[in-house]
Amino acid sequence: MTTPVVSMSNINFHYGSRKVLDNINFEIPNGAFMGLVGPNGGGKTTLIRLILGLEKPETGEIMVFGQPIQKLRNKDRIGFVSQKANSFNKGFPATVYEVVASGLTAQLGYFRFISKKDKQKIHEAIAQVGMTEYTKQNIGNLSGGQQQRIFIARALVSDPELIILDEPTVGIDYENVKRFYELLYKLNTEYKKTLLLVTHDTGTMTQYATDIVCLNKTMHFHGNPDEYASLTEADFSQIYGHPVSLVTH
Amino acid sequence: MLLDFLTYPFLRYTFLTGILIGIIAPLLGTFIVVRRQSLIADALSHVTLAGISFGLMAEKKYGWVISPIYSGMVFSVIGSIFIEKLRTVYKAYQEISIPIILSAGVGLSVIFISIADGFNTDLFNYLFGSVSAVTINDFYVISGVAAFVLVIIWLFFKELFTMSFDEEQATIAGLHVKWINMLFIILTALVIAASIRIVGVLLVSALMTLPVAASMRIAKGFKQMIFLSILFGEIAVIFGIISGYYLDIPPGGTIVMTSLFILLVAIGIKKIRK
Repeated sequence: MTTPVVSMSNINFHYGSRKVLDNINFEIPNGAFMGLVGPNGGGKTTLIRLILGLEKPETGEIMVFGQPIQKLRNKDRIGFVSQKANSFNKGFPATVYEVVASGLTAQLGYFRFISKKDKQKIHEAIAQVGMTEYTKQNIGNLSGGQQQRIFIARALVSDPELIILDEPTVGIDYENVKRFYELLYKLNTEYKKTLLLVTHDTGTMTQYATDIVCLNKTMHFHGNPDEYASLTEADFSQIYGHPVSLVTH
Repeated sequence: MLLDFLTYPFLRYTFLTGILIGIIAPLLGTFIVVRRQSLIADALSHVTLAGISFGLMAEKKYGWVISPIYSGMVFSVIGSIFIEKLRTVYKAYQEISIPIILSAGVGLSVIFISIADGFNTDLFNYLFGSVSAVTINDFYVISGVAAFVLVIIWLFFKELFTMSFDEEQATIAGLHVKWINMLFIILTALVIAASIRIVGVLLVSALMTLPVAASMRIAKGFKQMIFLSILFGEIAVIFGIISGYYLDIPPGGTIVMTSLFILLVAIGIKKIRK
């Protein structure tokens, strides 16, 4: 059995007096495409910040690639596409190439410069997300969907094993959301990347994910898309903390 | 027209110092502007004024000969460290560090000027710049500062770019964001103190921001923005020093007005392109 990419045990976390995570235990298996869903304020982003080592849990242990996250040296094994990616400074005059190249900064380390081989990696990452023709354009001039692809390329350029995406499709139209999921599916199946995707877009996500987790302070559900589809209105009402009506389309 | 600048050593030093400042001020200004920290230059220039006032006061009142450029640099660097510390104390209101340090700089300046019972034209030169104030010693100090700044920016360029574009991503990637921020703000303090001889306390932030604001309108990419910022900065400094000398106006004023003219042209070009 392979080591899970992420494992969390007995995780508790408060912001001030407000409990955000209550005794969380879960694993992300190697090669999974995991969708993380739940209401706003349910602790999804906090969970991600814990996995990334930006916050420390009050209790419990977080292991990433079999090591405690605070001791993980090769942080470039994790790629991250932030919720903020769609609210970055659009006036920042950086080309697509420059933004994607910045994804190599940590891997290269201090006092080392981008080599020919690195330049090739950058072009490959841009090609992987289908944005080659925009390489020399300023990122602020692209559409929201295209910008998100560039942020994926930035996460991909250091060849991470795990990519974490925090609500990356907010503000993107349906057609581009679909293309975006197809890209994630390709990264998961062809390039063998483990994905953790936080989203409210459960309809599209369930078509591509292999695992789904529902979080609202505690872990309410962890299963595959078929098991998720069998949840009832009563189950969702319990997860979201208020009455929920299911609408199928 | 340039003959005087080749003939008289003091003008030559002013001119060469201006060339150096025309490179390093817009270079650092590029990072400052994209990080939305333009007012930091203003805060640090006022702290530098406190340092200069201290140097002048020490000489006039107590006979201690401290070159104002050194005392200005020391105060500026200390001010920069305080700004960075305050930014970590007030995480949600980081900009509050700017008025705190700016007012501290002005307050200290007033105290030192009062203790010295006022200064002569020296202070005027530091406020608005001077064509004749640059000594050979100043030139050597500013050359050293320029070399140091260029080497550090070259070594840490990719880290500074990554942090400027997305500081959270830089933190996640494991960069030493806190220390690099500290290093950067110390560089900024040194550049401001070095630029004051030519541009003056009240106008130094303009040389760090106006060329960048102009290049931002037309540049494709960050490196091109740096190149254009330096080009515009150099045009402003060279034209400003020469015209300031012949019109008998402090160069700070002419440099800033040239920068402003370049900015208006850049805005016009952008509108025509649209």
